[in-house]
Amino acid sequence: MFVILRTILSTEKTNYSQMKDIKNTIWVPIVLLPIWFLIYHNLQSMTDWFIDTALGMTKGAHLTEALRFFVFEFPKVMLLLTLIIFFVGIIRTYFTPERTRKALEGKKTFTGNVMAATLGIVTPFCSCSAIPLFLGFVESGVPLGVTFSFLIAAPMINEVAIILLYGMFGWKVAAIYVGTGLAIAILAGWIIGLLKLEKWVEPWVYQTHMGDSGSEEEKLTFAKRIGLGYEAIKEIVGKVWIYVALGILVGAGAHGYVPEDFMAALMGKSAWYSIPLSILIGIPLYSNAAGIVPIVSVLIEKGASLGTALAFMMSVIGLSLPEMVILRKVLKLPLIFTFIGVVGTGILIVGYLFNYIF
Amino acid sequence: MEIKILGTGCPKCKTLEKLTRDVVEQNSIDATVTKVEDIMEIMKYGVMTTPALVVNGKVEIKGRVPSSDEIKQVLTK
Repeated sequence: MFVILRTILSTEKTNYSQMKDIKNTIWVPIVLLPIWFLIYHNLQSMTDWFIDTALGMTKGAHLTEALRFFVFEFPKVMLLLTLIIFFVGIIRTYFTPERTRKALEGKKTFTGNVMAATLGIVTPFCSCSAIPLFLGFVESGVPLGVTFSFLIAAPMINEVAIILLYGMFGWKVAAIYVGTGLAIAILAGWIIGLLKLEKWVEPWVYQTHMGDSGSEEEKLTFAKRIGLGYEAIKEIVGKVWIYVALGILVGAGAHGYVPEDFMAALMGKSAWYSIPLSILIGIPLYSNAAGIVPIVSVLIEKGASLGTALAFMMSVIGLSLPEMVILRKVLKLPLIFTFIGVVGTGILIVGYLFNYIF
Repeated sequence: MEIKILGTGCPKCKTLEKLTRDVVEQNSIDATVTKVEDIMEIMKYGVMTTPALVVNGKVEIKGRVPSSDEIKQVLTK
């Protein structure tokens, strides 16, 4: 990690005063990183010591195990979040929407869809920017379908969700989530492109003339990028910690008290209707990824199948009512329904696929 | 000096507006601060990520909320 930091540093052309600036910003993560690793890797033993020795609780009792679950999971997830959001925050300063748009201009469909979906993961995106982003893309000649690939991938493949899935289920499930999310975004965008739905875009979109903000990219020093990494921690972790806490609290409660197969009948493999039902329930539910992943982990623990739980999660994150309302400004209703239909079908297929494989 | 804050009304845009007004007031900078919420107007500046800070028609900062110090730098340079 230090090697990476150093190589990035050396490639930045900086003068002496900026260099000093960087040193001041950079020593904090360098000091904190070893502490982070120390805590992260000893968390289980620290938790056990706290529960069994310090509190002297009876091993195996419901309350003990519920408490153990929370005391272990919450710091673990927060540690992972803080570290990764920091690096994601820095990486994202290199992927501005302007650059993404430039990369997508005049791209053929499919290649364009693949690129758009991939860039959707790394380009910073907030749903309040969805409209200017949409206009900006369409204006500069990015095909509608390619724009959709981006708009689907950006919220659905969420960095917080990836981290949490990794933390609670391991890298395989996290990779499955990213892979299937990408596939849905690519294919859904491609299909929307094939359907030639431009007529369902509000006409004023094509009449808007976008000014030039100056092609000059804002030049950021590396110190400023690190600063933006901290900003990302403050903004994202500051916003989601409460959802993480609540989610894990529900998880902890369920851990000791709810019977193992509680969800099996409703969300198990044998219930074929459970996937479409989960998707439908997921659309109006709007939670950020941070709140939904701990809930999903409880669902799975209590007998829900992986495919159904993943479908539910993707529906909650990827198909959100507030975003539809925002997009309504630029898209006519039939296009919004097509969007929901295509993405929903994608999630449906993913759900059945995973129930079939696992 | 003419300062415009571009933003559709998200929390970050409000933060930027407040910060900018504070900086202008504290340093008694001679400037008018206006908030631009109309999406068509915003697009004229070629901005895809809100909020953005526009000074005398030039987009200085976009897509993030800068610190007060940075705003001061931009306004006094």
